[in-house]
Amino acid sequence: MTIQRLYKTEAIILKGFKLSEADKVLTLYTPDMGKIKAVARGISRPKSKLRGHVEMLTYSSLMLAHGKNLDIITQGQTINSFLSLRDNLWQISCALYTAELVDRFTPEHMENRPLFELLRDTLHTLCLINNAELVLRYFELHLLEYSGYRPQLNNCILCDTPLKPTTNFFSITGGGVLCPDCQYKESLVQPISLNTLKVLRFLQNNNISAATRLITTPRLLLELEQLIRSYIRYLIERETSSSKWLDQVKKLTQMEQKEK
Amino acid sequence: MNNHPVQVAEPIRKLIEEFNKLPGIGPKSAQRLTYYLVRMPEEHARELCDSIIAIKEKLVFCSICQNISETDPCAICQSSERDHTLICVVENPLDIMAMERIRGYNGLYHVLHGVISPMDGIGPDDLKIERLLSRLKTEDTQEVILATNLNLEGEATAMYLQKLITPLGIRVTRLARGLPFGSELEYADEVTLTRALEGRREI
Ligand SMILES: [Zn+2]
Ligand SMILES: [Zn+2]
Repeated sequence: MTIQRLYKTEAIILKGFKLSEADKVLTLYTPDMGKIKAVARGISRPKSKLRGHVEMLTYSSLMLAHGKNLDIITQGQTINSFLSLRDNLWQISCALYTAELVDRFTPEHMENRPLFELLRDTLHTLCLINNAELVLRYFELHLLEYSGYRPQLNNCILCDTPLKPTTNFFSITGGGVLCPDCQYKESLVQPISLNTLKVLRFLQNNNISAATRLITTPRLLLELEQLIRSYIRYLIERETSSSKWLDQVKKLTQMEQKEK
Repeated sequence: MNNHPVQVAEPIRKLIEEFNKLPGIGPKSAQRLTYYLVRMPEEHARELCDSIIAIKEKLVFCSICQNISETDPCAICQSSERDHTLICVVENPLDIMAMERIRGYNGLYHVLHGVISPMDGIGPDDLKIERLLSRLKTEDTQEVILATNLNLEGEATAMYLQKLITPLGIRVTRLARGLPFGSELEYADEVTLTRALEGRREI
């Protein structure tokens, strides 16, 4: 007789795909093992005891058994299902975007506890508030930091002089800000306004609840979004799949608000 | 990837490869199926071939509801017995089969052929949503029942459709969400239990 080795972990379910009629392979993000894949058996059957506990974007405590190829989820108990996200199209779309970013930025089996906590806290915060844009920017900036791409926002990345309160330039290839004197020394640069730079620094140096209290303008939000997105696009060498959807939902939501 | 010995006859290698492409069939099952077919009488093999060809040649998509059918429009869309003011929106043709089995529904259908899945890059434009909206603008629809699956992507798709359809002045409903038949409360997750409580009713 072989003894099945069981282990327990917390996990946030990032995504899943169907393996067969009833089984699914799930991508999990865990505090101690980083990203792992595991099989959830019989999950499409109506009587599955596991299904609701391993639904996408659920934070659960799981019991797994070592398998030949992939480990197998044997039990699950929801810690937080982020329930209030699920009734709001805009908030759930934001949450899906954060899950995709985590998936794209992380290799399997590499522990990154700060990133796990960032994802968990972001999903929690997305439940609480309606204006999710700054939360997304906060998430992106800190995801970049925990993945080793923290943008340099205080000194010029080439000449190291402290940045002056004026329009500076963001270098996508350099991952930071250039002073006006150095802007021509790099090829992929875009202007960054003083306010945008200030908000980025604020988000970088504060916690997530401070981020939700920041007051901005639509123009500033747009500049922030475009800047960070182009940096992310450069790093993962493509557009994220869910950002297109996010734009569609945003448009739809804005149209609704106008009609009201 | 290629773990078959080189001396395997070409037709066998080719068929194993083809089976391997099917969902749920790994290299081992593909080999088993292939060698089973090698021993199969020729007329059985021909019947199998003909059935595969038939589903490709004789089936079409209904131009109204997008269901797989032998005729266009399909039997359901053509039927005068059915309630043409009611459209039930489902993800896949298999969902229609499930709905039809219960015999409790007498309206029409619309098949989306998938579900919005942002992380896989599947958006509204990849589904038959535009077709649904043009139906709603021309047909005499009074109610749309959203019967996408009760998981995150099915719910997101339903919320998206609701936002598009409501402005047209058509009633939009969603299948009730709650505990599955035969399930035990003890094992129910928070989302299911909350929805079931919200959807409780007098007995
Ligand atoms: Zn400089
Ligand atoms: Zn039809």
